[in-house]
Amino acid sequence: MFAKDFSYAAPASLAEALALLQSQPEGEVKLVAGGQSLIPLLKLRMTEIGALVDVSKIPELHGITDDGDGVVIGAATTYFQAVNSPLVQKRCPLVIQAVSQVGDPQVRARGTIGGSLAHADPAGDLPAVALAVDAELRATGPSGSRSIPATAFFVDLMTTALQPAEVLTAVRFHATDAPHAGTAYVKHRHPASGYAIVGVAAAVWLNDDGTCRAAHVGITGAGTHATRAAGVEQALTGKRLDDATLTAACANAADGLDLMSDPYASGEYRAHLTRVLAKRALAQAAATAAQR
Amino acid sequence: MSVTRLFGASVKRREDPRLITGRGAYTDDIKLPGMLHMAVLRSPYGHARIKAIDTAKAKAHPGVRAVYTGADLLGRMNPIPCAWLIPDSDLKVPAYHALAKDTVRFTGDGVAMVIADDPATARDALDLIDVDYEPLPVVTSQEQAAATGAPQLHDDAPGNLAFHWKFAHGDVDAAFRDAEVVVKHRFVQQRLVPNAMEPRSAVASWNPGAEELLIYNTTQNPHIARFLTAVTTSIPENKIRYIARDVGGGFGSKIPFYPGDALAVFASKDLGLPVKWTEDRRENYVATIHGRDQITEVEMAAKRDGTMTGLRVKALSNMGAYLSTAAPGVPTWLFALIVPGCYTIQNYACDVFGYFTNTTPTDAYRGAGRPEAAFLIERMADLLAAEVKMDPVEIRRKNFIPADAFPYTTAGTLSYDSGNYQAALDKALAMVDYAGLRQKQAELRQQGRYLGIGLSTYVEVCGLAPSAAAGAMGFQGGLWEPATVRVLATGKVVVLTGTNPHGQGEETTFAQMVGDMLGVPVEDVDVVHGDTGAIPMGWGTYGSRTTAVGGTAIYKATVKVIEKAKKLAAHLLEASPDDLEFEQGSFRVKGSPGKAKTIQEIALMANVAWNMPEGMEPGLEESTFHDPTNFTFPFGTHICVVEVDADTGEVKIERYIAVDDVGVVINPMIVDGQVHGGVAQGIGQALYEHAIYDEGGNLITGSMMDYTVPNATQIPTIETARTETPCPHNLTGVKGVGETGTIASTQAVVNAVVDALSPLGISDIEMPLTPERVWRAMRAAQASAAPTGQP
Ligand SMILES: Cc1cc2nc3c(=O)[nH]c(=O)nc-3n(C[C@H](O)[C@H](O)[C@H](O)COP(=O)(O)OP(=O)(O)OC[C@H]3O[C@@H](n4cnc5c(N)ncnc54)[C@H](O)[C@@H]3O)c2cc1C
Repeated sequence: MFAKDFSYAAPASLAEALALLQSQPEGEVKLVAGGQSLIPLLKLRMTEIGALVDVSKIPELHGITDDGDGVVIGAATTYFQAVNSPLVQKRCPLVIQAVSQVGDPQVRARGTIGGSLAHADPAGDLPAVALAVDAELRATGPSGSRSIPATAFFVDLMTTALQPAEVLTAVRFHATDAPHAGTAYVKHRHPASGYAIVGVAAAVWLNDDGTCRAAHVGITGAGTHATRAAGVEQALTGKRLDDATLTAACANAADGLDLMSDPYASGEYRAHLTRVLAKRALAQAAATAAQR
Repeated sequence: MSVTRLFGASVKRREDPRLITGRGAYTDDIKLPGMLHMAVLRSPYGHARIKAIDTAKAKAHPGVRAVYTGADLLGRMNPIPCAWLIPDSDLKVPAYHALAKDTVRFTGDGVAMVIADDPATARDALDLIDVDYEPLPVVTSQEQAAATGAPQLHDDAPGNLAFHWKFAHGDVDAAFRDAEVVVKHRFVQQRLVPNAMEPRSAVASWNPGAEELLIYNTTQNPHIARFLTAVTTSIPENKIRYIARDVGGGFGSKIPFYPGDALAVFASKDLGLPVKWTEDRRENYVATIHGRDQITEVEMAAKRDGTMTGLRVKALSNMGAYLSTAAPGVPTWLFALIVPGCYTIQNYACDVFGYFTNTTPTDAYRGAGRPEAAFLIERMADLLAAEVKMDPVEIRRKNFIPADAFPYTTAGTLSYDSGNYQAALDKALAMVDYAGLRQKQAELRQQGRYLGIGLSTYVEVCGLAPSAAAGAMGFQGGLWEPATVRVLATGKVVVLTGTNPHGQGEETTFAQMVGDMLGVPVEDVDVVHGDTGAIPMGWGTYGSRTTAVGGTAIYKATVKVIEKAKKLAAHLLEASPDDLEFEQGSFRVKGSPGKAKTIQEIALMANVAWNMPEGMEPGLEESTFHDPTNFTFPFGTHICVVEVDADTGEVKIERYIAVDDVGVVINPMIVDGQVHGGVAQGIGQALYEHAIYDEGGNLITGSMMDYTVPNATQIPTIETARTETPCPHNLTGVKGVGETGTIASTQAVVNAVVDALSPLGISDIEMPLTPERVWRAMRAAQASAAPTGQP
């Protein structure tokens, strides 16, 4: 398969990348990171881009740092680098739980944290994680830098709050290594692509008495974009997370989803899976939280 | 023959080092001086009339050498032939043009081709061809195609009917009239995509001086391809040389002769330069043949005690838009004759209807007809067992052809050569601890868990085939095999075979066999295949025939070599041939241990020919042309154990046991490998694979992202074992193993899932058993089981 001809540049700084982005009319230039989503689209000629700007060699987009109650991961960090970071392993286990289920080793070796979130594939895993741990997405554009909460980032099918001339520079994931906190990622993979038919990221914080202080549920795959299951979260707060409570709360897990459908799984089945997997993810997260 | 070191040993495949280190020579690896590249513009419509094609922009594109449309080929190339003309079926073979003349009939049908300096330019130029299509109504399923008022594909095939083929044996009406029990069912064999790892590829090189064609090609049967190339292009057969050395899998999809092959030849001849065509994966999905796609309505007559007495089958097969090379033979002869399976049913009738639809042509896919047959009979065995409340094991034991009844002539009029179905079943049951499993199943059911055990006691027909049978079936060729065994002056051995192994490992097994027989190291034996310039003739690799037929030919030629060598040895040792014994590569005079000549010494003397006996010709080379006297009939028992997730419907295979009897085994590791791969494909059909068309005739599962070829994590550990019942009618005792795994496995998985869910009253789920389908079946069963008034 052959993509249409395109030009390629690999700038060494963020400023240079921003300048390149603005040097071409909108729609004719695009950033590329690991290329695991964009290159297949180009090769299948499902999209045509005149110029690619590779962000993977920009130092500002690399690095993993601790900032108190969160971990900041550079946008160009590969999945492989993220899962092998002791800091991420210790403080953001949910990232590990999800990323280790992304694609295959080749995809994880090249695909990036930033590329995955910026692409906002409705079946991508990381968006659910970003939602569940209140990630903050940091972007820089011609008019400066800003920070976007995950809950405001995933707007629609493959559409984010990023502006065309903005570069995602880093993502800050909230740490979940406090006592009585636990996370889990449960996924039903498409048997061919490995993408999430439904993926549920759950983060649970318990009170000392074992009742739920807060529960966050991020859902991907089922709908056109990743969302938080606010109804489920509210139904759990203050409760003991036993089987009956979880079942009752998760009965509403698919409410409000703009359900997708494909030959492998209908919207109805996706809704069903969302309820089943939300319960499984919450039960696992709660069990972990109870042990810490 | 005494079992020695090589025969029966797990010698590592000699093919593997070059293949897994990227040093194979696949067709796409071939680069010839001046070589151009071809790309094919394919119809985006399932069915449309071509009103106009404008190629001007493409022709003007820098790097483009030529652009051809269907009009350019008219009168210069014949349609792509169909080579299995089944008799007495009113078969219609509409013209299959390599580039559509005026109508496209499936997405993927060729419309134009570009020849350019490099493949990317050729691809770019496709986008510059303007085609004005007038879309026509589309029909994609055989049932729709059969309906009155359905869109018609071909003027010369009214009602879209390609053929109606019939078979009957015994008194079927009486069997049903007297039946105590009749079980009926409709089965759907979904459409599958073969997905060989290497897509189709050809490098055609016309030599204008010698007026000869050299073509490198990904074919399973180079000599058939040569013949069909001659028919299509009118280049004389003796002026065509096919080379197909490393072929990256076929599974049947590289038996046919394709438009792409013919187009590369046409362009090379027209331009006088080599032309390469390699399809991409998307093209492979739409333009290389598909498999299965058969709907059957089955009725089985039986007695209350479980004795099967009659069988009636009506099959509707989806042939796709045109008849591919071997297509008509697959859902008819290759399917119907083996339907009665390993049971003594003597009254059997089968009606097969083939329909044209706006889909990719279907043809042989691993097992070709026989997986459909084994699925049908083994699912029916379970349905009958449920009906008469017998254990699936007992219903099989009750109806098996007994071990002492062979050779056994079936209702399919086949003469099963040898078998012991009971022994294979017993072995498999012991391996899986059947009684223990049934107990565990009962316990888990108490906990609301769904464990299921599925059996498949299969028999298949392979080792294709006595040539007279091939002819009687309308196959436009023979199915014998030649072999040449040549011992060089240095004692090294060259074996020529007309089969064309492409993953099955016969470069190794044939070397083992010949090395063993001649008493030379296996490394000294080279197996040459896939070159019509070197190999006199051959019918290729498919139908699990390579070792049974091609191997037997090699065996015979090797025996002749030994006979000649023995005479020469006797002459040189001044002994009578009768006084010589041949062992471990040495001819020894009985009783005089010192008097001996090695086969290498004899080979040297034969090749220099300084001292030949009176009347003996020089050289040490023998050839044979072996035509088998019967098919072969491998059999066995596969058992699949599954657990179904009660919440999601996901099926997890807990254990998979494969007890196969493939006759004598030359290389156990290779046989295991063939079983593993075959079972993986069978599980693929049961659980994962499905080629789905939308109403417009678009293949919506047309990529690796949505068509599930199972990967290693989706296939369980396969526990293999064997019983060994030699084939009595060939010299090697080999039956064949290339397709057994696929033929045996699909129904084992489906039977297991249905068994798991039988407490819910579920008796069938259509393949593939995706989680959603299983979940829906469970939900529907639970809903209908709920007391009235409750949700
Ligand atoms: C075989 C296969 C299986 C896969 N399976 C999964 C799976 O199971 N789960 C899953 O979640 N994903 C899966 N993926 C997708 C994978 O995760 C991608 O890597 C990821 O979606 C994109 O990351 P990337 O770095 O490769 O982005 P690219 O493909 O390089 O870019 C993707 C998009 O993001 C934009 N972009 C990239 N970086 C930035 C940036 N810094 N700022 C702004 N925009 C940017 C690009 O312009 C482009 O639009 C799979 C991919 C493949 C090929």
